[in-house]
Amino acid sequence: MLKLNINGLEIEVEKGTTVLEAAEKAGIYIPTLCYHPDLPTFGGCRVCMVDADSKIVTACRAPVTDGMVVKTDTEDVRKLRLTNVELILASHNQDCQSCSRNNSCKLQEVSAFVGINPERMKRIRRSVEEVPVDVSNPFFHRDHTKCILCGICIRTCEEINGVEAIDFAFRGFHTRVSVLGDKPLKDSKCESCGECLVRCPTGSLFLAEPEFPEREVESVCTYCGVGCGIKLGVRGEKVVKVTGNKDNTVNRGDLCVKGRFGFDFINHPDRLTTPLVKKNGKFEETSWDEALDFIADKMSDIKAKHGADALAAISSARCTTEENYLFQKLMRSMGTNNIDHCARL
Amino acid sequence: MTQKFDRIEKEAREAWEKSENSNTPHIYIGCATCGNATGAQSVVKTIKNKLDEKNIDAVVKEVGCIGMCFAEVLVDVIKPGHPRISYHGVTPETAEEIVESYLVNDDHRPDLALGYFGEGGPDDVEHIESGDVFKNQRRVILKNCGIIDPENINEYIVHGGYRGLAEIIGRKQEEIIDILKDSGLRGRGGAGFPTGRKWESCLRPQADQKYVICNADEGDPGAFMDRSVLEGDPHSVIEGMIIAGYAIGSSKGYFYVRAEYPLAIKRLRKAIEQAKEKNLLGDNILGSDFSFDLEIFQGAGAFVCGESTALVMSIEGNRGWPKPLPRPRTTEEGLWGKPTLLNNVKTFSVVPQILSNGADWFKDIGTEGSPGTAVFALTGKIKRSGLIEVPMGIELGKIIREIGGGILDDKKFKAVQTGGPSGGCLPEDKLDLAVDFDTLVKAGSMMGSGGMVVIDESTCMVDVARYFLDFTFEESCGQCVPCRQGTQQMLEVLNDICEGRGREGDIEHLLELGDSIIKGSICGLGQTAPNPVLSTVQYFRDEYEAHIKDKACPALVCKNLIIFQIDEEKCSACGRCRKACPVEAISGEKKVPHKIDQSKCTKCGICFSECPERFSAVERLTGKEKLAAVSGKEG
Repeated sequence: MLKLNINGLEIEVEKGTTVLEAAEKAGIYIPTLCYHPDLPTFGGCRVCMVDADSKIVTACRAPVTDGMVVKTDTEDVRKLRLTNVELILASHNQDCQSCSRNNSCKLQEVSAFVGINPERMKRIRRSVEEVPVDVSNPFFHRDHTKCILCGICIRTCEEINGVEAIDFAFRGFHTRVSVLGDKPLKDSKCESCGECLVRCPTGSLFLAEPEFPEREVESVCTYCGVGCGIKLGVRGEKVVKVTGNKDNTVNRGDLCVKGRFGFDFINHPDRLTTPLVKKNGKFEETSWDEALDFIADKMSDIKAKHGADALAAISSARCTTEENYLFQKLMRSMGTNNIDHCARL
Repeated sequence: MTQKFDRIEKEAREAWEKSENSNTPHIYIGCATCGNATGAQSVVKTIKNKLDEKNIDAVVKEVGCIGMCFAEVLVDVIKPGHPRISYHGVTPETAEEIVESYLVNDDHRPDLALGYFGEGGPDDVEHIESGDVFKNQRRVILKNCGIIDPENINEYIVHGGYRGLAEIIGRKQEEIIDILKDSGLRGRGGAGFPTGRKWESCLRPQADQKYVICNADEGDPGAFMDRSVLEGDPHSVIEGMIIAGYAIGSSKGYFYVRAEYPLAIKRLRKAIEQAKEKNLLGDNILGSDFSFDLEIFQGAGAFVCGESTALVMSIEGNRGWPKPLPRPRTTEEGLWGKPTLLNNVKTFSVVPQILSNGADWFKDIGTEGSPGTAVFALTGKIKRSGLIEVPMGIELGKIIREIGGGILDDKKFKAVQTGGPSGGCLPEDKLDLAVDFDTLVKAGSMMGSGGMVVIDESTCMVDVARYFLDFTFEESCGQCVPCRQGTQQMLEVLNDICEGRGREGDIEHLLELGDSIIKGSICGLGQTAPNPVLSTVQYFRDEYEAHIKDKACPALVCKNLIIFQIDEEKCSACGRCRKACPVEAISGEKKVPHKIDQSKCTKCGICFSECPERFSAVERLTGKEKLAAVSGKEG
């Protein structure tokens, strides 16, 4: 264990702990923009700078050493942080009211903490690069004027999803996040999982049709056998948003494109909500009891007339492993091995 | 090892002497990029044709740059039994004359000659080595540049090359490093880190593979030292790298050369091949069990890739971004995660000489803290621009006054900028400073890799700062906020000041930004980017204030702050300005003084330069009051 002193508080941390993690442990807030606990550090935003043993270091990357004395709010540190945030704001779209991240924006949080002074801001020459919003992806869009180049989306794509669809493009002040050949996002290998969207600290990545839910309902995604934990955001009687459930041990909050964005079927008028049975050449709504009886009768009939191997069944990837197991057990107990699965290909 | 090398050296000497002692004249033409840009290749062609035409048997050699850029194209002629006569400003026409006069008719043409090298030259031609340009120089790194044929390994060997390598093979690695440590050699890339210590920290780690990298990503505006060394003496750098490979236990080296240096790359390729043919490079060098291979990697033109970690990222195929601290040292975990030794071109090129001549020889040159020599690309408003090499500790003013010959057109000196975009501008009262790593830093500038731009009274210092900031703004990699956003902000403020939109408080704003960028940036590019602004504010604050408060550009450079006007009393209505004006802003006729229509004037300055000196009727005005007076007159 290593001992350190942060702003007068003595704490102990394990070897390998960063100054930022130690401060968090001590309950001391250090502003960050490019840091994300799920991802390797980047060290580019420079707003987490603190004084460690009289040296200015980035708290997110600097490892704690034994006996270290950290000051997170010296005059020098305050000045550096403030200038950095002012500089970010100088080229940031300032239309906060219409931004879907208004009140949940990390840049707003950090700006408030460092204390933006309108008099000082008057000296700043504003210059926002005009790059059109990328609306090619049907689920989420990218507004470059709100991007702070923290690289969280890029690291997410690389480290969490392993797709590497996006990266930094161009240089210096003209740097922006883009895809191979600077094409629209839809023409890249992006899988639209939206993991970048949920980690974006500002409103640069935003939902194509943002709607804020009134309440949340925990559920399990029905798309596949993984069974990711989800939270259905409900507004009125409609599901308007799906988020991954961080507390679920299966997916720890991560989702794929289907689970996150493929929820419009829930309230779709064409959705089947009861079984259908064909009567007189036409499908008619029926109860589960009737439908199951119908199937059992037909199957027993076929088995009696043509033998068990005249039966075959195909199972679904949308069922759980247990359900699939039971399904094959059922078919084998009926005397046939003719059982297959849609995901076998 | 030395026995094997003795044979190689003997062969080289025989080949060299056979050529030198033959009864044929030798013609050396400066064909580095600078020479070629001035037309050296057409001079080569003309000379060869003329020799053919006259049926003269002569050896024509394309050599590197001797450093006298002001005198390009340079053609040196050695006639058997005569010293080397150097002709300057040679064109295809004068080249024909030289061949005709000197080689055919024995007239050495003092009117075309710059001077001669060596002993026993004609009285009517200056002795170059004792002239102002050379007498204050000490050529160590550049000793072969412009002298030997860079594409002939034998010439390098005859001039003492590869002897250093031959002597160290078989010796203990620590011994070699001790010599370097003892010599006090500091890295010539700009930071001046002790080379011996760097090599030592790369020898220490145990690893199955180590790498040696030569940083030839020279990119400072106005700097061309490394290019000249690679073009003029590539073997010296190769030899230094092989020695480094042996000393740290590496078998693989990379040249990181910017792709904009095609001639340097071509000559390096050839030199690598030649060294391999002679068993000085490749497997089992000189029959020993030491093997070392060299590869050239072409940089794609990002200035930041001169930073060691960005350079390593670039070779690895990644975006050329520096790695933020804390990070392992490159000497411990560099290329592909292996211990990597990275030095500048000039550092490698001086190593063989230190090993052959000894640490004391090197320590005798220069100062105690900065032994050896400094190579500068001397440019700007100077009479004799070029590449020079001086002992460390030389007075800054001596370089400008004596070697450079003073200010162009005898104007007044204003400042000297050293260290490129990372350095600063020093005013006249700093000209007595000694040039070394530490003194210049104390004065607010730095040695850098060797750019030295001389600035005269007709240059606006705010505009100079803007120029350098524009460079770092364009070259910032974009990774960290202080550099990416900060250089842009500084540039915007400087643009405003130069264009008449400067506000009260802008100087303090610039100083504060500079402080934050220096303290907050990830790498050396950002950490030094504000220096040109900070040093010009420090020494030329009055110019900033004039721009901001009086909307005046004292050097009469910033277009938005000046106005061109014709003095009616002085104008003799010659009409030259009227005819030359590209936008027809000047009116007037014979015997009627001319007038400039300010609404049409684009301030190109053509009228100013066209007006004959005896009239000097076109004047430039600046400052709120004067500009208001002119616009008031126009109603």
